[in-house]
This record gives sequence, structure tokens and C-alpha cells, in this order.
Amino acid sequence: MNINLTIIGQAIAFFFFVVFCMKYVWPPITGALAERKKKIAEGLDAADRATRDLHLAQEKATANMRESKLEAAAIIEQANKRASQIVDEAKEQARAEADRVKVAAQAEIEQDVNRAKEALRSQVAALVVAGAEKILETSIDEKAHAQLLNKLATEL
Amino acid sequence: MASGTVTSSEYISHHLTNLTFGNHPEAGWKLAESAGEAAAMGFWAINVDTMLWSVGLGVFFLWFFGKVAKTATAGVPGSTQNFIETIIEFVDDNVKSIFHYKSPVIAPLALTIFVWVFLMNAMDLVPVDWLPYIAGQMGIEFMKVVPTTDVNATGGMALSVFALIVYYSIKQKGVNGFFKELAFQPLPKIFMPFNLFLEIVGLIAKPVSLALRLFGNMYAGEMIFILIALLPFWIQWLLSVPWAIFHILIITLQAFIFMVLTIVYLAMAHDDH
Repeated sequence: MNINLTIIGQAIAFFFFVVFCMKYVWPPITGALAERKKKIAEGLDAADRATRDLHLAQEKATANMRESKLEAAAIIEQANKRASQIVDEAKEQARAEADRVKVAAQAEIEQDVNRAKEALRSQVAALVVAGAEKILETSIDEKAHAQLLNKLATEL
Repeated sequence: MASGTVTSSEYISHHLTNLTFGNHPEAGWKLAESAGEAAAMGFWAINVDTMLWSVGLGVFFLWFFGKVAKTATAGVPGSTQNFIETIIEFVDDNVKSIFHYKSPVIAPLALTIFVWVFLMNAMDLVPVDWLPYIAGQMGIEFMKVVPTTDVNATGGMALSVFALIVYYSIKQKGVNGFFKELAFQPLPKIFMPFNLFLEIVGLIAKPVSLALRLFGNMYAGEMIFILIALLPFWIQWLLSVPWAIFHILIITLQAFIFMVLTIVYLAMAHDDH
């Protein structure tokens, strides 16, 4: 255990080791550590932001959904109203059409009745004349009695 | 290796002698062949084993850390990088909690001290006879494999730390400020010589305690391993295993203490009183 030159040699070796460590070991590793720390912080930030965005999106989606529901309900209501309106209109139209058809039919019937009456009237005259001819067995002057017969026919 | 031809005291002193190359007053430059010869060489000698093992371990440390540093990624780290980062963060946390100034030197210095001292201490866990025996087979007489059991190794580091203390004291406070710190406290100015004496002793005590604490701990630990090795081989494990387990704590703790005290001393050098 003598103090000798080794103490100087050790000091020199120590000096070089420290210098090497200072230049090539410490900076890259601490640099990598700092960079990773930054990356992690950024990642956490991004995650936070994403969570916030997600919340906002969810809120927006719920609001949209509520709005859509309201809109849909309004549309359905409107549609229902319109449908009942259409039905009413259709009913109205049908009733009017029915009335019109009824009136037309009645008119036609009336016309038919009149026509029948007319035909009957015209035939009644002939029948009466024929009947009278047979009864009287004599020829009646058609011309002389036509006025009388026509008068009779109109009274029918 | 308590063989019949070697007495216990010879065995112990053999294991405590460094492989010294130096200028012997009579024989000139040569490897010392005994502890006495090494002592006779005085200051102009070098402990080859201490230098080789410590530089080898230092190079291993820097090679390993440098390799990881070169491929260090900010992405997902591999297991090696993870391991290195754990050590670096541990050292960095310690530096940041003690040393509150900006300095590009202190943290790498602390890392170098911690890992290097730890590696040198860890050589203590290699069974005491293995490496000296291999060296003996290769014709090398002495081989002390734990550099920190050589006071020169711990002293060299402590001396460097002392130089840094003085350098930073002067850099931060100027020569006058440093002198004032030594001369004008703790007592009033009129007691300047007394203050100076007190503070200089305090200043010198820092590197001396730094060197001797580590040296003493490791030397004592090594000594106990050597003593255990003198026991019959079938009983050695009973003592050497618990001591080695305990020593894992010691080697880490001593490396940690050396590092923390260095940071504390350099922080004190930066502080203005």
C-alpha cells in the first residue's frame, strides 16, 4: 500500500473517462429520455383532446338525433293531417259525384218517363182510334177527329 | 489456497501486494518481486494490476454505455437501453436533488464515478484466488484484482474531485471570494489565521475522507475474503456466501456514497456563503 505514480495514472484515466462519458454517453441517452418524455406528454395531450372531441361529437349526435326526432314527428303529423284532409276531400268529392250521378239518373229517369209517356201518348191516340174504329166499325174521319184525339192524348 | 508450502501470513501479504513496476534504487526499472521491493521503489513506481483492471473496467463501462447511447431511441427502449436508462435516471435524480446549478460536467461525472467504482468494487465478488492463480500460472507473481483496494485508485479519483472543488470554487467566486470563504468564517475577521487553518483542514479532509472511506471499506472486505479463504475448503462457503451477499450491498453503497459526496462537495463549491 504505497502511494506512487498510480495515483496520477488513475487521475488521468478518470479524466478521460469523464470526458468520454460527457461527450458520448450522457447527452444521447438523456436526450432520448427527454424526447420520450415529450412524446408521452404529447400522446397524453392528444388522448385528452380526442376524449374531449368524442364528448363533443356525442353531444352533437344526441342533439342531432333529438332534432331529427322532432322533425320526423312534425313530418308525420303533417302527413297525417294531409292524409285526413285528402280523405275528407275525397269523401266530399265522392259525395258530390254521387249527388251529381243521382241528379243525372233522376233526370234520365224523368226523361225516360217523359219519353215513355210521349210514346204512350202517341200510341194511345192510335189505339184509341183503332179501338174506336173497331167499336164504331165505321171509318172515322181521322182528320176531322185528330184535333179532338190529340187534345185527349195531352190530357193523359 | 492454504497450501502447505505457504504460511498464512505469506498468503495474506501475497494477496495484498500489487504488481508494481518501478525504479528500484539498486536494481533499476523492473517488476517488484516482493512487497519490500515495491516499497523501496517509492513514488516512481506504478501498480500495473490496478491500472489494468481499473482502465479495463472503465473502458468496458464506456464501451457498454456508449454502444447503448449510440442506438438510443426515444421510442420503445430495448431491455439493455431500459437498464442503462434506469441507472442514468437514478444518477440524474440524485444530481438534480443535490446540485441546483447548470453544469454539463457534474451529471456525467457522477455517472462515471458511480458505475466505474461499482464495477471496480464488484471485482471483490470474484473468488479471491481465481484471477491471482491464473496470473500465477502465466508467470505473474502478484495480482490484485480489486482496484479500489489500492489507495492509489481511490486517491486518484479523490484528487481529481479535489481539483474540481478548487476549480469550481474559484470559477464561481473568484480567487478573492474563495479566499474570503476560507479566511473570514466561521469566526470574525480578526481570527483569520485560525479560520484559515480550520477551513483548509476541512477542505483537505474532503478528498482524504473520500479516498480513505472507499479504500478502507474495500480493503477490509477483501481482507475478510482472504481470511475466509484460509479456512478448510469445505467450510469456506458457510462464511464466504453470507459475506459476499452482504458485500453486494457494500459495493453498491460505497459507489453511491462516493458519487453523492462528490456531488455534495461540488454543490458546496458552487454555493456562495
